[in-house]
Amino acid sequence: MTAPASAIFVTKALDRVMRADRGRLLAILAAGLRDLALAEEVLQEAAISALVHWGRSGLPAAPAGWLLQVARRRAIDRLRSASRDSARGRALAILAEEEAAPDHQAIPDERLRLIFACCHPALDPKSRVALTLRSVCGLTTAEIARAFLDAEPTMGQRLSRAKAKIAAAGIPFAVPDAEHWPERLDGVLTAIYLIFTTGYLSPPAEARDLCHEALYLIRLVDRLRPEDPEIEGAMAMMLLTSARRRARIGADGATLPPMAQDRSLWDRAQIEEGRAVLARALARRRPGPFQIKAAIADCQMAEPGPDWPQIAALYAALWQHEPTPVVTLNAAVAVAEAGDPARALALTEGLSEALSDFQPYHAARASLLAATGASDEARKAYLRAIALAQSPSDALFLQAALARLP
Amino acid sequence: MQYMLLIYNDPALEPAYGTPDFQAMMAGFFAANERMKADGVLRGGEGLQGTHTATSLRIKAGKVETMDGPFAETREHLGGYYVIDVPDLDAALTYAALIPAAHFGTIEVRPLMDYNPAG
Repeated sequence: MTAPASAIFVTKALDRVMRADRGRLLAILAAGLRDLALAEEVLQEAAISALVHWGRSGLPAAPAGWLLQVARRRAIDRLRSASRDSARGRALAILAEEEAAPDHQAIPDERLRLIFACCHPALDPKSRVALTLRSVCGLTTAEIARAFLDAEPTMGQRLSRAKAKIAAAGIPFAVPDAEHWPERLDGVLTAIYLIFTTGYLSPPAEARDLCHEALYLIRLVDRLRPEDPEIEGAMAMMLLTSARRRARIGADGATLPPMAQDRSLWDRAQIEEGRAVLARALARRRPGPFQIKAAIADCQMAEPGPDWPQIAALYAALWQHEPTPVVTLNAAVAVAEAGDPARALALTEGLSEALSDFQPYHAARASLLAATGASDEARKAYLRAIALAQSPSDALFLQAALARLP
Repeated sequence: MQYMLLIYNDPALEPAYGTPDFQAMMAGFFAANERMKADGVLRGGEGLQGTHTATSLRIKAGKVETMDGPFAETREHLGGYYVIDVPDLDAALTYAALIPAAHFGTIEVRPLMDYNPAG
């Protein structure tokens, strides 16, 4: 091979290994070092030295193992030159032990530990999401900044602050014990779901589709921790919601609720998979909020139309887990659709203070008022909802409903 | 790692002396102390007198200025602290949750600086 050809070959090979194994390598390094920033740096240095070495002596038998070993040696060098505190001493001891292992051994998958560290409740919710996308999914800072409509330097600072806190505050790279598992898992699933909804609501042109990243993450968590009904519930909910993605905006650009969507645009494969995963979860007979939300998504897609009485019952069950005004509001909407707008309106009394700036509250109130014949009040509520609408599609949908009032 | 658990609360909200809630709080502190000692993690800890006993001091242009009162006039006061030595933040948070004041106040968990003069 000529030199340029060899350089291209090595670059491509390295790119392939990093894309497939970066998260896994980072997880092992971070867990040993207890320092995500340092883990990232030494892995990057290992990648740079791979370009030189692989170009000269060809690809090693186990490229990922090679990278891991070089990164560990780099970390040992760094820690030795700055070994001042006891945390570093401990990291050094762990590394020295790991480094002795031959590099062709299978690399254990420690990504669950990395995910639990990234989604630790000691970090703020937005940082959890950003850190997970950066370290587990391998998105660049620029890509994450774009997804959250932040400037790149702002997002960069957020990421470094979060990594610094993990190291300084002693946030462990550990899977929580049984006692803390439910609440900590909920934190992880909520972060993944936030990634999903951010992708779902963003314009389709983004290079890295966050819905895909969220599905990748939830599948990964499910594989690393099989047979957990809430993980399966979250996966089912994302699959069932994702199935409707192409149908969620109508031809005129307005947001369509599931019942008004063109069902031929729904993704049959995702619906089938979502339903199968949900059935598996429910069969474990340990209900939880994500399973209930998935069941609601499923009922919205029932044939020939949404099963509103069942949806109302599911929201009542969800309220037992999450007694929030938003859940009450959704329950009210379902009760109205099931044929009892007066009772629904009564359910929404008392929510006005908590939800006064929440567009769906005013939209739902408007539709309930219209259904009970209070057109003037409905008009006021629609105008308030339109003023609060976050996207042109939502505003269009609300304006059409306003125009239909008698 | 060593962590300081700083206990902040509003004295107006703490259980009144002599009530069953007060008894429960004292029993809770006792149980937390015993647990930290039994687990071998307790390095120190004290309760503080109320902020009406506090005196604050600073040096301005070489002169000591002394003031009556705490550093900051806030509703929630620093009322005491523990220092514990545990493997990580999760363990520190588990012990912090044992402190009864968490029910009516806030426990701030902060790692100590690690100077390690020996290393």
